[in-house]
Amino acid sequence: MTDLSDLFQQIIVEHNHSPRNFKKLVHPTREADGANPLCGDEIKLEVELAGDRIADIGFQGSGCAISQASASLLTGAVQGKSTAEAQELFRQVHAMLTSAPGTPLDTAKLGKLAALAGVRQFPVRVKCASLPWHTLRAALESAAEPVTTE
Amino acid sequence: MTIARHAPHAVPRPAFDVDEVRRDFPLLQTTARGKPLVYLDNAATSQKPHSVIARTERYYAAENANVHRGVYQLSEHATAAYEDAREKARGFLNAASAREIVFVRGTTEAINLVASSFGHTALQAGDEVLITAMEHHSNIVPWQLICAERGAVLRVAPMNSKGELLMDEFARLLGPRTKLVAVAHVSNSLGTINPVAEIVRLSHAEGAAVLVDGAQAAPHGPVDVRALGVDFYTVSGHKMFGPTGIGLLYGTSARLEALPPYQGGGDMIKTVTFAKTTYAEPPAKFEAGTPNIAGAVGLGAAIDYLRGLDWDAVRAHERDLLSYATGRLGALPEVTLVGTAAHKASVVSFTVRGVHAHDVGTIVDQEGVAIRTGHHCTQPVMDFFGVPATARASFAFYNTRADVDALVSAVQKVTRVFAA
Repeated sequence: MTDLSDLFQQIIVEHNHSPRNFKKLVHPTREADGANPLCGDEIKLEVELAGDRIADIGFQGSGCAISQASASLLTGAVQGKSTAEAQELFRQVHAMLTSAPGTPLDTAKLGKLAALAGVRQFPVRVKCASLPWHTLRAALESAAEPVTTE
Repeated sequence: MTIARHAPHAVPRPAFDVDEVRRDFPLLQTTARGKPLVYLDNAATSQKPHSVIARTERYYAAENANVHRGVYQLSEHATAAYEDAREKARGFLNAASAREIVFVRGTTEAINLVASSFGHTALQAGDEVLITAMEHHSNIVPWQLICAERGAVLRVAPMNSKGELLMDEFARLLGPRTKLVAVAHVSNSLGTINPVAEIVRLSHAEGAAVLVDGAQAAPHGPVDVRALGVDFYTVSGHKMFGPTGIGLLYGTSARLEALPPYQGGGDMIKTVTFAKTTYAEPPAKFEAGTPNIAGAVGLGAAIDYLRGLDWDAVRAHERDLLSYATGRLGALPEVTLVGTAAHKASVVSFTVRGVHAHDVGTIVDQEGVAIRTGHHCTQPVMDFFGVPATARASFAFYNTRADVDALVSAVQKVTRVFAA
């Protein structure tokens, strides 16, 4: 039995309502677009790298609460991290979202991002939570093509 | 006793008993998320009565053979069943002849067929095709493709903020260059019923042919293509309680005879040599290859089922569902209705303040309520109303006021979850 309160945890609802780093950067060094056209989620992610470190990050876009909260949580989590650390975080979040419901999760290193764990019980919504993360990876790897998780 | 026998019944049997009808649909007896299924996505696809399921099974179990080919008894039976379904479709649409009924995969294929065959013969550079602002993508994209190929121009008649076609604007956009008008009978995302007879009258006065996308109209009762005066009419079997992968293209004999074939292959020819091929008469001309025989036979059973209903009573029931749902959802302060035409089918699109439609869909799903959320293959309609997506409840005759109540309770839960 899936539980709505696992999906729409208070932190998700709150970040959707008041997203962090919802902004356009003045001096972005990397950027990428992500869109899921079937469901309409859109995100633009901008990163300002200082050397190898994420000095600033901002996102703009629109979509469901899961995609917007995931983007907001992402910006808070990777701020100040090295690109390698951010890539590692991508791998951990991706593994969490795509793991089978009921399997044990090690969320100790994920902090607030653990709030996204409930999404894995809702397979059709995984693409919403993962869109900002794939967009981040595209930005860090300077991919030219827009990202989609549909 | 003589008097009693001739007296009217004290309690007349209801002309339409929704509880009795619901028992005909096995899927309506199931649960979703541990709750009784409340199925309100009928505009996407409808559930199937036992009779359709049984008829399809019987076809495969006892009648399966290819049609129009074999000289053996089984093929004769399959052909008879297939052609019998065509006759049933003729009756449902009140076409003059079964030769005016072409079996296709669905409305999308029917529109693509007309866009291609009509477009390649009747559209020249500078000619115009007129559609409306509320069309489904399947009644937009095929026209964009053929217009681009032929150098023709696609024009779009606007609607007002209630989702009603602006008939003055429509008439203004019609002209001598308009070769074809393509319009939805009923809008899938707004529920608007368009004034088809009036559209046909204006279009024919300018010499334009009219194609009506009837995908969302046929589930709400038999159609009279001759009274409407249309040149082409399209329906999808799965939206009218029949199988998927089968649909109908109606075309007047004159129109179908004038159109070139859409696809080449077996069954659509008269004679073939390497030098020259002559084509069969309609409808065979448009049915290349082995058709969806089981689908056609199943659709015939769906039409039989629909013909058994008292449509005056069914229409009254659906009107009641629409007004009840409109009233109850419209009374929720956080809900905005999208599509409030005076003349509507039982479709209610809405948004919930501050909550994306997909989140609404996920939350109501937890209550066993199935609705559609998204752009409903009508992105221009979403753009017009300035929303990324809507939630849509679409009702069939087997829905009840209790279904509406379940939806309203579930939508109230959306507000509670997002207030957390």
